[in-house]
Formats: sequence, C-alpha cells, structure tokens
Amino acid sequence: MASACLLFEEELRGGASFAHVLKRGTSLRITDLHGGANVPITLFNFELLVERYNMADTLKQQHTAHLTQGHCLYSDMGRVLCSITNDTVGWHDPIGAYSTRASVAKKYGAHDYQEFRNDWYTSTRENFLREIGKFGLSIRDLQSHINFFSKLQVDLTGSMHFVPGNSKAGDSVELRSEMNTLVIIDTNPHPLDPNPNYEPKPVHLSFQRVDAPAADDQCRNLCPENIRGFINSERYFL
Amino acid sequence: MSERTLIKSKLDAATAIHDEVLPAGEGWIHAVKKGETFRIVDLDGNQAADTLIYNLHDFSERYSALDTINSQGNIYLTTGSSLVSNLGNELMRITADTCGRHDTLGGACAAESNQVRYAIEKRYMHNCRASFMAALMSWGHEKRDITSNINFFMNVPVTPEGKLTFEDGISEAGKYVEMVATMDVAVVISNCPQLNNPCNAYNPTPVRLLIWGAHVS
Repeated sequence: MASACLLFEEELRGGASFAHVLKRGTSLRITDLHGGANVPITLFNFELLVERYNMADTLKQQHTAHLTQGHCLYSDMGRVLCSITNDTVGWHDPIGAYSTRASVAKKYGAHDYQEFRNDWYTSTRENFLREIGKFGLSIRDLQSHINFFSKLQVDLTGSMHFVPGNSKAGDSVELRSEMNTLVIIDTNPHPLDPNPNYEPKPVHLSFQRVDAPAADDQCRNLCPENIRGFINSERYFL
Repeated sequence: MSERTLIKSKLDAATAIHDEVLPAGEGWIHAVKKGETFRIVDLDGNQAADTLIYNLHDFSERYSALDTINSQGNIYLTTGSSLVSNLGNELMRITADTCGRHDTLGGACAAESNQVRYAIEKRYMHNCRASFMAALMSWGHEKRDITSNINFFMNVPVTPEGKLTFEDGISEAGKYVEMVATMDVAVVISNCPQLNNPCNAYNPTPVRLLIWGAHVS
C-alpha cells in the first residue's frame, strides 16, 4: 500500500489557472467539488521546456482515445511525464479543444474585468498563455492538452458528442509525476459543453509526496509500451 | 462506417506550376500561396503523407488538429474540411478527395516514440519527426515549431468506447487529396518511412506533389 504525505492543498476557483512544477515523487490529486468540472491541463518537462505533452503519442502508445487510471501522459520524447494513479471518473477527454477569448465571447457574451472584476469570463487559451509565459514559453509551445473530468464520445461517422454528467461531486483524479513536470491547470468549461451559461466549476488541489512506483505498479505494467516509457523516464535521471 | 463522399478534381496535371515525386522517407517544405491548389497523390497506395501547415509569414500560427476537429465537430478530414490554425483561422480547405477519410489524431512517428511503441533499440530508425526537423531547420525554424500534423491517407478510427484503432488503409494507388490555400502557407511533408507498422505493408512508397496557380479551374 502506497503511503502519501500531504505537502499543501488549495482550491482553484472556476475560470482560474495555476502553474506548478510537480516534482518527481510527488502527486497532484484534483477533486471536482460540485460535479461537472472541466480541467484543461498541459504539461512540459520543467528542465527541458521544448519537451512537452504529446496527445498523439499518449493515445497511440496506449491504444486509447480516452484517459483513466493506469494510463500515462507521454512527452514528445518517449518519456512518461505523469501517470494517472487514481481515478473515480473513468473518462477524461484528450481530443477536445480548449476555449479562446473569441469562442467564450461568442458563446456566452463578453464579460470584462472592468465591470465584473474577478467574476469576468476568462478562456483556457488566455489562461494557458499567461501561465506558460511566466516560464518563457509562447503560443508556439501550446500544442495539446487534456480536458480532465470531461467526456467526448466519437461515433462511427467520426462526429464528436459531449456527454454531460460525466463527473460527479467528489470525483477525483490523481497524477503522479515521473519527471519534474511543469503542470499548467485551468478550470474553464469545455468548448463543446452545451450549457449556454458560463459556469466554470471550482476544484480542490492536493499536492502530496508519494512512494516511487513499485515493480508491480499499475501504470507501468498497463502495457509493454508503458514499461518502455518508464525505462526512458528512469534513464533520463541516471 | 461513415459514408464517404468522393469528390474528383477538374484540374489537369499538365497545367500544374509544380509537379514532383517525393520518395519515401524524404522531407519537403514549400510555399503554397493564397488561391493556389495543392494535391498529394498516393502513387502506390497506403502511404502516409504526414503534413504540417504554417502561416507563411508567421510560423507561430500553424495547423491545429484540435481546433480543426472542434470547428467541424468531426475527427476525420475530407472534402469540405477547413484546416484551421491555432488562432482559429482557415489555412487551407480540402476541395477534392478520392480517398474519403484522413487522420489528424495519430501524430507522427519519432525516434523516441518508436522506442516506446516497438522496442528500445529502434531509436536509430529514420522517422517523420526527424524529417520534419530537417525541413523546418532548413528554413530557420526549430523543434518548438513541430506541432500536430495531418496523416493524409491514414485510417485511424476512434470507437464510441474510446479506443484508438489502426485499421487497414482505405487508400490505394492513384488516390489523391486536393486543397486550396486560403492564406499564404508553408506546407511541410514527411513522406513516412515507417518500417514497423503493417499499415503500409512495411513498404514505404513515393507520393506525387502538384501545385496549380491561383485562378486555374
């Protein structure tokens, strides 16, 4: 049984963003406080910021188009950045897009800071850009992300359908860092969420120190590909 | 299986202003100006043409798979698909397609992803991201600029259960896809050298690339 030591925790309000370097050997648990959260996250190797989360490699290497417990989040350099060690939701969306200032204004109307202060409408791209800018990155570095807590189903014709009610109050997902990973977190709604009102949901963040993955670790052993991905991450630290 | 509408082009290869054959495993970078039409022909069948697209005048604006599939609500590309940039602008639009479905979620092979997918010792094998790097660096760009790509002629279905599958190709010798540039763009192609995946029967083959000037019908 893995042991965990709480480092710190905080609440991230709806429409807000946060950047944290999740050190190797620590984990981030995200809890959907009210149900219906959407948490776009993108990841970088903090020591080599041109190495970043790659959606295509993550999906191909694990033969999946959705993410849940046991899956790993791969960089474009064949290494595991983080693995999903706990998940009560069952389906997180890796292929949906994120919102932009223009898409938010079109869908919900403009809502500026002058009038609404911190209740103004933000967007995932603006929040991502502001956070990565603090690390010297720019729009060139924004490529793909995961919409945690959201479910997007693809039918046989290829059409994408947002599935409401995927995440309930109290549901959580836990990311264990296998490298020193820059994690960029946002809480804006999924762009395909049919809710006509801008109602971003708050989440609770809990950062913990955790044991190194054991030989029988679920994420490492999910498939032969993940065993090799873990080897690549481990060799990076030798 | 989705119904695929196959649309033929009226353009005659004899009137193209650019016409070349790109051997398997080669990279290519070329400007396609606003209004010009670009065609990729799968000469021998089931060859993946891994393609990146940029705003010719500002490479920070580039093709985005997520913006493209989000804007059309569908993960496959075919006639009528707008190829959308990371800033939400249309770069190119597919105007003819005799294959009927193209992938944009499967990404491009790399030395490191070959290690993970096939075996640690596969790192030496030539791969698409190496071809992308060489093509981009020849124009002064760098790894940061490698982003999501289209796999023309590849069939990578997603199932309602959320699985990603690699199916037999639906392309064959002579099938082509054609697109018109709606802004000045740079097109980068890695004609995939993949020798580990049965999708091309372990036999990468050439593609033919043609460009017609604006106002040609």
